[in-house]
Amino acid sequence: MLSSADIATLWLTFKVASLATLIMLIVGTPLAWWLARTTSRFKGICNALVALPLVLPPTVLGFYLLVMLGPKGPIGRLTNDLGWGTLPFTFGGLIVASVLYSLPFVVQPLQTSFAAIGRQPLEAAATLRAGPLDTFFSVVIPLAKPGFMTATILGFAHTVGEFGVVLMVGGNIPDKTRVVSVQIYNHVEALEYEQAHWLAGGLLLFSFTVLLVLYSALKTHPVAHQLK
Amino acid sequence: MTMPITARFNLDYGTFKLAVDLSLPGSGVTVLFGPSGSGKTTLLRCIAGLQRAPQGFLEINGTIWQDSERGIFVPTHKRSLGYVFQEANLFPHLTVKQNLQFGLKRIGKSAATDLSHILELLGIGHLLERAPDRLSGGERQRIAIARALALNPEILLMDEPLAALDFKRKQEILPFLSRLHRELNIPVLYVTHAQQEMAQLADYLVIMDEGRSPASGPLAETLSRLDMPLALDRNAATVWPVTIAGHEAEYHLTHVTFAGGSISLPSFAAKIGTPLRLQIYARDVSITLQKPTDTSILNVLPAVITGIADDERGHSIVQLVLPGIAGDTDPAQQSSASEIRQPIADKGAGQGNSLLAHITLKSAKLLKLRTGMAVYVQIKGTSILN
Repeated sequence: MLSSADIATLWLTFKVASLATLIMLIVGTPLAWWLARTTSRFKGICNALVALPLVLPPTVLGFYLLVMLGPKGPIGRLTNDLGWGTLPFTFGGLIVASVLYSLPFVVQPLQTSFAAIGRQPLEAAATLRAGPLDTFFSVVIPLAKPGFMTATILGFAHTVGEFGVVLMVGGNIPDKTRVVSVQIYNHVEALEYEQAHWLAGGLLLFSFTVLLVLYSALKTHPVAHQLK
Repeated sequence: MTMPITARFNLDYGTFKLAVDLSLPGSGVTVLFGPSGSGKTTLLRCIAGLQRAPQGFLEINGTIWQDSERGIFVPTHKRSLGYVFQEANLFPHLTVKQNLQFGLKRIGKSAATDLSHILELLGIGHLLERAPDRLSGGERQRIAIARALALNPEILLMDEPLAALDFKRKQEILPFLSRLHRELNIPVLYVTHAQQEMAQLADYLVIMDEGRSPASGPLAETLSRLDMPLALDRNAATVWPVTIAGHEAEYHLTHVTFAGGSISLPSFAAKIGTPLRLQIYARDVSITLQKPTDTSILNVLPAVITGIADDERGHSIVQLVLPGIAGDTDPAQQSSASEIRQPIADKGAGQGNSLLAHITLKSAKLLKLRTGMAVYVQIKGTSILN
């Protein structure tokens, strides 16, 4: 069965994934909106940058983050000067790394559903006296609900599942940065296959359930249906 | 006619340019009429502020909505307007009722009183709890119209509201539009490329062509302008407002009067005094020099030729006015015997007085028709637009 150390990693994983997802939604929503609507020539660059973690080996991203955030890196020096210390091997560092790594899983579904809304409902709202911010909350968000659902679930699930970046930036510190995926690795290293089975099987079940719920919800959601 | 709407726009997209300078009436339906790509929708969008012309001036009933020289541009959501799109554009996540209340909530008025009249007018009271995807195209468009009107706007803008509907749905909505036309006291700008809708709804006509407006004016007058392609078209027609004066059941006839005369139509079931719009196709009008006595055609009326144009395909298009309606023809015109195109738009012709006749070029020569001649017109057929 699960040891108390295992349960601690599960709880930490849940905290990291929740907080990272929240931050990704807050950052990703305006970013996705801008990407969906802009005709700026920087759109291509921004799209590529956001999508980069999809193709980059996690260790590459983790390595650069480690260098940037470390005591000699430009961001590390800044955070040091501000009295915050350096981020690698802390909970905060784990969050930053997770957000960057999983961001495309949040931005891309949002961007797709924002683009699918088109300009027409926005114009209708404007002719009905709704200002831009009002329109965003009363028309765009409800119409993009399937996109938000997909973004939240994929962002959360992908953060739970990450390993490489976490190991590079977070390390393997119990209760601080040791998440489930790292714990499974530890068990395997120590040849504790039974413990590894419990956690790995749990993650497998979790991931499958999440995707199952997501796909059946998207199939029956009336708004999603209309956006097609 | 006072013209409380001023709209001047200049916009250049390279392949498309819009350059208009219009003064429009503050009541009734103004139809922006032209082929696709003529700029009528762009003009409407500029008026709504959905598109911003770099150079523009727009004043509605004394309120400036745009004045590029002074850097004024009121965003769409701060303009008191209603807009009906080609696709109904209802919010799919809201019920019909919530769609209708969307704007009302934002102008802080209670929905109850205003809405009931509009619901009744458009016949949609039974649909309130439905979701938009459970409505027919015609129902959706009626709700879109109600949603726009619910705000009690200063102007209603309609962009081809029937274009996306099939013939049956169009017929379902047109009577509602005609009703709106009679009951609304705000100006309506209505974009269409369909001649029938234009003839049925317009009081005032703005012709659009390649981003410009070559002609605008009261419907009857603008329809009969010989310098506009409309009058030369095979389907050229004029529209008269008439009133039902009586019925002759024995012959299945209905008599209608117009300012200064009366004609008979095939029986039309409506009460005496009902106002109607009568469309008279130019191809249904023939001309005689003497009053015909032994003719099968019932409607023979005296008229004066006010202009003649040639379509260069063997037809003459004769523009006439019916005396006793706005009979004072320009003496300068009477002396001219030219058969060239002669715009008379600014000669003070009132609504309902003009008539077009398409005859062969040969007939025009043989009868020696010229501007200023008094003749008789025979009207073979008419159609009621209501």
